[in-house]
Amino acid sequence: MRAIGIVLAGGNSKRMRELSNKRAIAAMPIAGSFRSIDFALSNMTNSHIQKVAVFTQYNSRSLNEHLSSSKWWDFGRKQGGLFVFTPTITAQSSDWYRGTADSLYQNLTFLKNSHEPYVVIAAGDGIYKLDYNKVLEYHIEKKADITVVCRRVEDTEDITRFGAVKINDDGRITEFEEKPMVTDANNISCGVYVIRRRQLIELVERCAAEDRYDFVKDILVRYKNLKRIYAYRMNTYWSNIASVESYYKTNMDFLKKDVRDYFFNQYPEVYSKIDDLPPAKYNPGCNVKNSLISSGCIINGSVENSVLFKTAYVGNNCVIKNSVVLNDVYIGDNTVIENCIVESRDTIRANTTHIGKPDDIKIVIEKNERYTL
Amino acid sequence: MMIKKEMIAMLLAGGQGSRLGVLTQKVAKPAVSFGGKYRIIDFPLSNCINSGVDTVGVLTQYQPLRLNAHIGIGIPWDLDRNVGGVTILPPYENSRGSDWYSGTANAVFQNLEYMESYNPDYVLILSGDHIYKMDYEVMLDYHKANNADVTIAVMPVPLEEAGRFGIMITDENSRVVDFEEKPKNPRSNLASMGIYIFSWPVLREALIALQDEAGCDFGKHIIPYCKEKNQKLFAYEFNGYWKDVGTLTSYWQANMELIDIIPEFNLYEEYWRIFTKSDIIPPQYIADTASIEKSIIGEGTEVYGTVINSVIGAGVTIGRGAQIRDSIIMRETVIGENTKINKSIVAENTKVGKNCEIGIGDFKESTYDKRVYDADLVTIGEKTIIPDGVKIGKNTAIMGDTVPEDYPNGELPSGDAIVKAGGLK
Repeated sequence: MRAIGIVLAGGNSKRMRELSNKRAIAAMPIAGSFRSIDFALSNMTNSHIQKVAVFTQYNSRSLNEHLSSSKWWDFGRKQGGLFVFTPTITAQSSDWYRGTADSLYQNLTFLKNSHEPYVVIAAGDGIYKLDYNKVLEYHIEKKADITVVCRRVEDTEDITRFGAVKINDDGRITEFEEKPMVTDANNISCGVYVIRRRQLIELVERCAAEDRYDFVKDILVRYKNLKRIYAYRMNTYWSNIASVESYYKTNMDFLKKDVRDYFFNQYPEVYSKIDDLPPAKYNPGCNVKNSLISSGCIINGSVENSVLFKTAYVGNNCVIKNSVVLNDVYIGDNTVIENCIVESRDTIRANTTHIGKPDDIKIVIEKNERYTL
Repeated sequence: MMIKKEMIAMLLAGGQGSRLGVLTQKVAKPAVSFGGKYRIIDFPLSNCINSGVDTVGVLTQYQPLRLNAHIGIGIPWDLDRNVGGVTILPPYENSRGSDWYSGTANAVFQNLEYMESYNPDYVLILSGDHIYKMDYEVMLDYHKANNADVTIAVMPVPLEEAGRFGIMITDENSRVVDFEEKPKNPRSNLASMGIYIFSWPVLREALIALQDEAGCDFGKHIIPYCKEKNQKLFAYEFNGYWKDVGTLTSYWQANMELIDIIPEFNLYEEYWRIFTKSDIIPPQYIADTASIEKSIIGEGTEVYGTVINSVIGAGVTIGRGAQIRDSIIMRETVIGENTKINKSIVAENTKVGKNCEIGIGDFKESTYDKRVYDADLVTIGEKTIIPDGVKIGKNTAIMGDTVPEDYPNGELPSGDAIVKAGGLK
């Protein structure tokens, strides 16, 4: 195998508001049956990368639970496998990961003990399909030191969340600004990098010696004129979910047939942990339109333009509209929910109303006693 | 170090289940889909692991490909173990010759070595064709408490139906004093469920003693033999949901019972989960043109039409304007636009064209096989292709790649069948 994989899944973002109270962004549920990190992990396994490390730090319980077995992504192998690295106290250091470069430095042994010549680094909060081998081939062809997967920015996107890049005709990155307020660059970094393993070790060690910790600011931006940093242009679906608005929009994107066909019905598959839940059940009186419904759901009321995650229960005469309802939510009778994201394991009393605005999605967190028969 | 398992299970999954007609033409009955995402064998396998039985031999014979692929190394049921786990046991050739499994007990006899290798105290005999949840550990406790040699799970049935079953007659301590197979005038209403716990030495002795019996069967030979030898036979009464899905009507009914508001057989309970190989993960999509009432639907299905009182499997597509009513549609089947399907069982990977009307007209006796097709159901076998615009009557059977020429006047009248010998293409 030519590359090992690293998934950066330690992050948190204020832009996720209350949704990040419970979990790391990489563990955010996506499209009814998946979690954000499934996309990076499936890309790795579908690119035949067999040895993958996941770096976690922020609120990792939910993520660790999801990664409790590596078999779902076919990493349960004698050669390679799935590694989860959280910060640990050692004789030399008792620090948290102070940045992405620092997290690589603290796990340098993993890099040094591998024999594969390349490393694919991917963020855990991207929703996309990509054959990393194609990036790797491009990287070799361009004789690049680092290749960054980039895409054109859309007008609707908030560029202050991303790294903005300018690319010359050869594909080389000439400018790289991290989360600029204003920019005339029209490409953004997707947070996926290919780099030679020895090169990465060298850069990360030098970073650490200078007390620098961030892969983007301290490596990509600083070295862009010294090293050959190339952009691999991706033009298929890609979305970063690290803000409430984009998280909501990404889930809603799956109501579109082309997006579903691309992710669900076209090779290669996206894998996830199997939950062994029964089929969804539609009781008399239910009315479901243009919605995604996951296994284990029981629906008695109306659901429209919404995404219901696993084992959601919708009571009689409820109206759920333009909303994302996360796992294991119980919604009592006669409840109205519109333009909301309902946090997982919520129990919403009967006769409740929660209404957000299309441009200001409401996050519903309601913990009540749940009566079960 | 000697391997020791207190109780191991032998799961009989080799039968064709010929009364399911075209549904079992190419797969063994235990591998037939059930309830929107399961296969019948998932129920006994899940019961095993939920009861703490982690060593299961699955005896296969008839059309085992689907079954083997489904079970694999047992991962979905946590039956991939260092010691024990699930083992598929097909008939094999040995120095005495090569014999197919000629009966239930003969199949178990031929795997004496498998059982011996686990050095068990008890052996649980199961069949792969019933829908139920049962804690075999409770049954084992009962077996031990009675100091029994054989414990037979029984269930009370209405006396008028008792004539269809093997009936156990018991004394006040539930000890079996007599039994009768499909009696005209039943003396008891306790029907054998085909689930037995044997103390291993008793089973071993009986299997060896009856090894030359042709078609050696548990109900017909082993149990009478044990009775004759004055072994202690006890009946273990089970009062939960238990359904034999051996006929098309009972198979259809058992599926339909799952869509009741609070089904008697509840798949939604937190404990006692039913595990299965789930290879379709995405959620289902219900379009704005769809209408769904009282149904259950599996993962990854896309519904653009109307679904009423039905059980829809995973990865199915139901086209715009289609109407599915009182039917079972199994996984990865495609139903064309504006096709109306009424009271039908449509097996896996089938393609039904546009503008068809299926399950119309009046019931007529089957001209194809009266024994199997005796209700107003339409049965469509797996990988069948049905062309656009055909009309199909009640009590019909279809299997294979059918073309418009197979339907004179665009029609298959009630009681008829088109079953094409599905050769390789």
